[in-house]
Amino acid sequence: MSAPGLAASGPGGLALLVAAAALLAASGAPELLVNRTGRRAAAAAKLTTALTVLACLIGSWGALVALGGGEARIGLLAPLPGFEVALGADALSGFFALPVFVVGGLCALYGASYWSPRRHPRHLRTGRRLRIGYGLLLASLVFIVLARDGLSFLVAWEGMALANFFLITIEEEEREVRRAGWTYLLYSHVTILGLFALFVLERQATGTFGFATLAADTPRALGTAIFTLAVVAFGVKAGAMPLHSWLPAAHASAPSHVSALMSGVVIKMGIYGLLRTLAGVAEPPLAWGIVLLTLGSVAALFGVAYALAQHDLKRLLAFHSIENIGIILLGLGVALVGRSSGRPAWVMLGLAGCLLHVWNHALFKSLLFLGAGSVVDATGSRDLETAGGLARRMPVTAVLFFIGSIAICGLPPGNGFVSELLVFLGLAGAAMTPGAAWAALPAPVLASTGALAVACFVKVCGVLFLGTPRSAAAREAREAPAPMLVAMALLAAGCAWIGLAPGSLAPAIERCARDWSRQPLPALADLAPFGWVSAAAVALVLVTLLVFLALLPRVRRARKREPALSTWSCGYAASSPRLQYTASSFAEIITARFAWALRPKVHSPRVESLFPAPSRFHSHVGDAILDDLLLPAARGALRATASLRALPQGLLQRYILYILALLVPLLIWALAGGDGG
Amino acid sequence: MKAIWLVELVALTLVPPLLVGVIRKTKALAAGRVGPSLWQLHRDLLKLARKELALSGTTTWVFVVAPAIALATALLGALLVPLGTLPAAIAFDGDFVLFAYVFALGRFFTAAAALDTGSPFEGMGASREVGFAWLTEPALFFGFLVLARLSGAASLDRMLRSTESSAWLERTAPLVLVAAGLFVVLLTECGRLPVDDPATHLELTMIHEVMILDHSGPLLALVEYAAALKLFVLSALLLHVVVPAAAFSGWSGFALFLGGLVAIAVAIGAVESTMARLRLLHVPTLLIAAALSSGFALLFLAGGAP
Repeated sequence: MSAPGLAASGPGGLALLVAAAALLAASGAPELLVNRTGRRAAAAAKLTTALTVLACLIGSWGALVALGGGEARIGLLAPLPGFEVALGADALSGFFALPVFVVGGLCALYGASYWSPRRHPRHLRTGRRLRIGYGLLLASLVFIVLARDGLSFLVAWEGMALANFFLITIEEEEREVRRAGWTYLLYSHVTILGLFALFVLERQATGTFGFATLAADTPRALGTAIFTLAVVAFGVKAGAMPLHSWLPAAHASAPSHVSALMSGVVIKMGIYGLLRTLAGVAEPPLAWGIVLLTLGSVAALFGVAYALAQHDLKRLLAFHSIENIGIILLGLGVALVGRSSGRPAWVMLGLAGCLLHVWNHALFKSLLFLGAGSVVDATGSRDLETAGGLARRMPVTAVLFFIGSIAICGLPPGNGFVSELLVFLGLAGAAMTPGAAWAALPAPVLASTGALAVACFVKVCGVLFLGTPRSAAAREAREAPAPMLVAMALLAAGCAWIGLAPGSLAPAIERCARDWSRQPLPALADLAPFGWVSAAAVALVLVTLLVFLALLPRVRRARKREPALSTWSCGYAASSPRLQYTASSFAEIITARFAWALRPKVHSPRVESLFPAPSRFHSHVGDAILDDLLLPAARGALRATASLRALPQGLLQRYILYILALLVPLLIWALAGGDGG
Repeated sequence: MKAIWLVELVALTLVPPLLVGVIRKTKALAAGRVGPSLWQLHRDLLKLARKELALSGTTTWVFVVAPAIALATALLGALLVPLGTLPAAIAFDGDFVLFAYVFALGRFFTAAAALDTGSPFEGMGASREVGFAWLTEPALFFGFLVLARLSGAASLDRMLRSTESSAWLERTAPLVLVAAGLFVVLLTECGRLPVDDPATHLELTMIHEVMILDHSGPLLALVEYAAALKLFVLSALLLHVVVPAAAFSGWSGFALFLGGLVAIAVAIGAVESTMARLRLLHVPTLLIAAALSSGFALLFLAGGAP
């Protein structure tokens, strides 16, 4: 924030970031200049994608420079007296900007093939809107992490919300998609209202309209109000469990590469906002940390429980985003508890786990959503129950999806393991401290979450890629084209890199953690066993490879055998794909235990006569919070306020009258000195 | 490295199948049979390792990679726990997380390989295999937290070997609770009664054995050895919780370690001889009890001095 910071590598980084954001915002311009159905439309679409990828390359460079440390800042014009408008870049901005560019660029590359009119004629109509909105979304994401005052933050935030809305509702002809879009828009409004209130309170507490460090002498009630607003407003955006209801439908409805971006990057802006609000708080009350630990545990455990019960591939992945946001919140909770109880080691471990999981989740979740997109594209369905045996038809996609699955389950040698290990280390530190063992209680919950994630991804991988195809579409699926595979392979390489060599990221994480806590923290390398994690991961890969190579000659001979052998079915010769376990039956053993929370809707036929007619069994797990709590509450509120609805009648004159009726008393109150001077 | 360690390490590679042999012998004796030799599994493994493979046409690379991963993960798990007189080969803060998660990696691929065959029976086994772990993991982690609290260390080696004999006596209550929880985890994770019946002839009732119906030759040998190794590693973990580290020194300590492992195997055999398999619906109750047992131990220690 101070002038000396400018001397560091900062200004270059900020300039590159602003340039990248501007280029992204303008990336759709070529398409606006040509006829949508004309000859040059295809060339314009290519140019837009090229501009997006180029901007992402520039931006990645800028983000890396910003990660190098130092704070750069430029003040812009102030439209209102008493407000400043400023952009800035520090390590934390760089940290959250890098996934925007990496994932954003790769998803744009993927999207160019995925949404090309050559594959589906209907994409001709929506492609232009999709690409323009995509560029605007990326640009607003960058401006969010650069905004240094409340005003520009709110503008960028609203830009993100609106651009995202248009991307979710690309396939607006479907009722389900429109519904998802409206739910999303409603929740976005709740967030932005909360943010307005948050910044007003911040101004009251610190004197600046924007993110400023809460001083230790902030009144308790004001501090609590700020924290609550931040958790609710940013928690809605991040999809933390009781506030998540917009997320599953929105992620499922958007085109897959947009889902990848939303899940990997956009929801992380909630975490970014929470981090900015809580940065440098000198003595946070212990309750803040406890709230985040509880919220994180609930989101992690019930997120994965809901995921297990889904048979829509993209809804399932969406619920896993909620689980991973839970893990990220657990890390932040550990850091806050450490801050409150004067344990710098917990702050470092918790925050490192939180930050690293932000990157990790960006990589593996976008990889999985892109993989899901390829599967949906190849089979024409998001329903798990009609897939099967795709590893034979789409071998590369299958390998990449497996890599993403190992990573998201937090299994070594994936990258998810490293960040979960950091969170576990922070929790173990609490367990070893007299009087703080309660803070370690999320550890068994997190362990359970990990086991449930394994169950869920064995189900997904097994039902999608293994066994025999359950439908004609799955039998005739074709491998995705090269650009889509390349985008996925690069994301998988990122997962492998962090899993095998996590130590290489320690300096960047450390710098962000120090910036955030504004206190001396122990070195991450002294707390976290990155060397051992690398060694163990490499050893696992090598031993597996060696044993596999030793088996290979005999496997080759067995595969050549004629006629090919079939699976042993206990003597039953007429085996059929329909005999296989389905996704729902596979998970039933666990989801039955969570039925009280999942509230599945089951339509099962009743057999009444001796020769019953063919009938169907159907079960579906929706969202208990939305279906059983919010919607009935909203209907009740509508009934209760029926008489009030006489007021808005669409007459402009009336609305002006209402505004006047409110404004005049306010003016009188202000002139009478009602604000206390 | 001392020469004695090297001798012991070589000897220890032969122990895991022996433990399975001890369990089988115990069950045979309890049923009034002579039973197979203690070394039967060693012979079976050697024979299987030399055989050719038979692979179902449905299977993919996952089916072949999974046994290799099962072996690699079990080996890595074995390096993370102290083995009697041998300290853990790999020890670092947080290695208990790696310990739990490498076995989870093995579980991921074993279950995936079962689904790879497209068989309804193996799918059933895979579903059950992953369907209980979410309750055993909390039991395991509560146990680790208690050990971390008692020893003030976050690495398995120091958790299990740092406690003094005198202090160990004072901490009997939490350790007994943790040991009880770990024993149930051991029975579940290793596919023993009362959770899984490894000796049944009916595929519908099995968990681990039904998942490997289609494995043959060296693949089956790898899976069987990895399963025995997992039994060995978890037994060693349990033994170190029950017996203070000071007792394991010199050749007598090595003998004590082997004797302790055999005793655990006999105990498993005794459980299997006297109990019937629980109904699947009732297994979670047992596992929740195990988690509560370890959780109670943490509660014991929550407020007190370190």
